[in-house]
Amino acid sequence: MAAPFELSDDSVVVVIGTGAGGGVLANELAQKGVSVVALEAGGRYLPEDYVNDEWEAFGQLSWLDARTTSGDWRVAKDFSGLPAWIVKAVGGTTTHWAGASLRFQPHEWKAATEYGPVQGASLLDWPIDAEEMDPWYDLAEKKLNVTRTHGNEGLPGNNNYKVFEAGAKALGYEQVHTGRMAINSADGDRQMCQQTGFCFQGCKWGAKWSAAYTDIPQGEATGNLEVRERAHVLRIEHSDDGLVNGVVYADADGNEHKQMARVVCVAGNSFESPRLLLNSATSMYPEGLANSSGQVGRNYMRHLTGSVYAVFDKPVKMWRGTTMAGIIQDESRHDPSRGFVGGYELETLSLGLPFMAAFLDPGAWGREFTSALDQYENMAGMWIVGEDMPQETNRVTLNHDVKDQYGMPVANVHYSDHPNDRAMRDHAFQQGAAVYDAVGATRTFPTPPYPSTHNLGTNRMSENARDGVVNKWGQTHDIKNLFVSDGSQFTTGAAENPTLTIVALAIRQADHLARELAAQSL
Amino acid sequence: MNIQSKPRAMTRRQLLKNSAAAGSAFVVGAGYLAGADAAWATETSALEPRTMATLVQMARDIYPHDRVSDEYYVVAVKGYDTPEAAEEIEVGIAMLDGAARGKGHGSYLDIGWERERVDVLRQIEASPFFQKIRGGLVTGLYNQKAVWPIFGYEGESFSQGGYLDRGFDDITWL
Ligand SMILES: Cc1cc2nc3c(=O)[nH]c(=O)nc-3n(C[C@H](O)[C@H](O)[C@H](O)COP(=O)(O)OP(=O)(O)OC[C@H]3O[C@@H](n4cnc5c(N)ncnc54)[C@H](O)[C@@H]3O)c2cc1C
Ligand code: SF4
Repeated sequence: MAAPFELSDDSVVVVIGTGAGGGVLANELAQKGVSVVALEAGGRYLPEDYVNDEWEAFGQLSWLDARTTSGDWRVAKDFSGLPAWIVKAVGGTTTHWAGASLRFQPHEWKAATEYGPVQGASLLDWPIDAEEMDPWYDLAEKKLNVTRTHGNEGLPGNNNYKVFEAGAKALGYEQVHTGRMAINSADGDRQMCQQTGFCFQGCKWGAKWSAAYTDIPQGEATGNLEVRERAHVLRIEHSDDGLVNGVVYADADGNEHKQMARVVCVAGNSFESPRLLLNSATSMYPEGLANSSGQVGRNYMRHLTGSVYAVFDKPVKMWRGTTMAGIIQDESRHDPSRGFVGGYELETLSLGLPFMAAFLDPGAWGREFTSALDQYENMAGMWIVGEDMPQETNRVTLNHDVKDQYGMPVANVHYSDHPNDRAMRDHAFQQGAAVYDAVGATRTFPTPPYPSTHNLGTNRMSENARDGVVNKWGQTHDIKNLFVSDGSQFTTGAAENPTLTIVALAIRQADHLARELAAQSL
Repeated sequence: MNIQSKPRAMTRRQLLKNSAAAGSAFVVGAGYLAGADAAWATETSALEPRTMATLVQMARDIYPHDRVSDEYYVVAVKGYDTPEAAEEIEVGIAMLDGAARGKGHGSYLDIGWERERVDVLRQIEASPFFQKIRGGLVTGLYNQKAVWPIFGYEGESFSQGGYLDRGFDDITWL
């Protein structure tokens, strides 16, 4: 077990949140001999604790503290208090994620240049590119043991995939396979996937990568990492020189403590990270920490998403086997002739009956709805992951009228679709339905987006301090010992599921931080 | 390490046990029927029996599944049969009956055709009462493990070793 550090120890790096960004960063720093205190709001759960039951698992691990919503997205109407599905536990959302692990395409690092001006969108090029990220992606793929990379076999296709693949091929799609998944296709450091089909509920076999049972214990084993669970950070504090010097958190009993720090890295996912910066406002930083640009909380992105389910005249049993091991990549290119910029991926997806009832068409009732569920056994499903446009007005702000259990203003999440998002979603709905029609679907359902699982962009990375919150290292433009280490750094969202990129950025950031610390420049 | 004990799922049996523990003498029998004719069959603790029967019919009309028998709908709404919840439900069902009378029927339960009951439901669809009942049913009905087999859903699979050797890719008709 890790040696505990004193609250007064101001030589440690404090990492807030232990998910894809924070969990990996904490381990990578610990491996390099850096002392790290990781503060995690949630508790610690391991494969033996996970449950093969959708609502029970959701209640066990999800972030259920108050949040509010606004904007024209349907989530604000159907799930007004639940804008996102995010996990509050050691390991963060990597416990519930599906494991799809894709690299950005080279042009997606430079969306502003490649797409040209898009009215109403705040597109910006990342200050890094594909070439720079290549070696970090290699390390991330090896860490996650991603299928179809570095000699790993692909996963076998399940029933849901077979329907999807047959339809895709009939339609002429060519880039169709069982995905690049952070799920073992053979026994190794992790066990091979047993096709249980509850990837979204936490993998009881430990076949899927999750920081909870890989990076976190690996970091702890070095003796350089202390993970303090049920430690909910309320604010980050600074000294008169403007540098941050520690964080105040509430422990499991609600008692407040201050952990001193040499460097603070924020990785609470894209609602809590900006909320924390905003809630840390002082007379020196009246708009919140690192917010001289006014960009903290802005440009919230969530991928445009949506699903297509289809009913057939014979059974599919889509819930059997890996939840998301199947992809069509042909539509992920940038091809404005389709009527929108950017592209989208189509990925297999299955929900169990309880979640299907809640998410197929939220709020719907009567026979149109129930006759669909009656055919549950004969259903196949896919999910759309497309690049949504960053917009300044899609943002996380503090809602001073609603306070959490610690009396802190909660995050309000405002989101409205950009016309490009709508055009892309409509295209994807059509193509998804065509895939299933090609293999004899008797009915298809264009299902609206669920509460967001991909939450991005609210502390975005920018070349110039005026355009964003952090520089190419995730270091805030304003405060040199304050870093952002999660998906909120994203300048744009690309068409790919984000976690591999979050992990690659965290590995790269750890490398940079360790060097800067050794050189005494932080 | 501080692993929290996991919350346990509510099986249907537990739901029934809990509602019994909460003071209800309600018993689910095979072939149980709700609706006007069978109103007598519902023993309630806080709600009027006819209110319960109307509520069960309303639940079925919101999420009609012809292969799902009434007992599951009863379980789904049984939680409202408490002193705390009863008043709001009585008021809501009175409103529903009022809407039925507005369309020339004696009461909601008197309406023979589902289509005509749905017309009445449409009239109160925006009300908090309707939305509360509908919202509660999403988990109250579909999260009952006992109804899953009726839809073919197999539920938990870890204890059986997943589907690796049990048909994850057994589709034959493609
Ligand atoms: C059902 C589901 C399926 C998914 N599938 C995929 C997929 O296939 N591929 C993919 O790429 N992505 C997937 N994702 C998304 C992926 O999980 C996230 O992109 C990723 O985990 C985000 O990493 P993060 O570090 O930004 O935040 P998280 O992993 O969410 O970690 C944030 C952590 O910070 C903690 N925290 C927040 N605030 C505080 C505070 N104030 N004090 C202390 N701790 C705090 C939280 O409790 C949490 O543990 C999926 C997500 C879900 C929900
Ligand atoms: S299908 Fe595979 S990866 Fe998913 S939960 Fe089961 S064993 Fe884990």
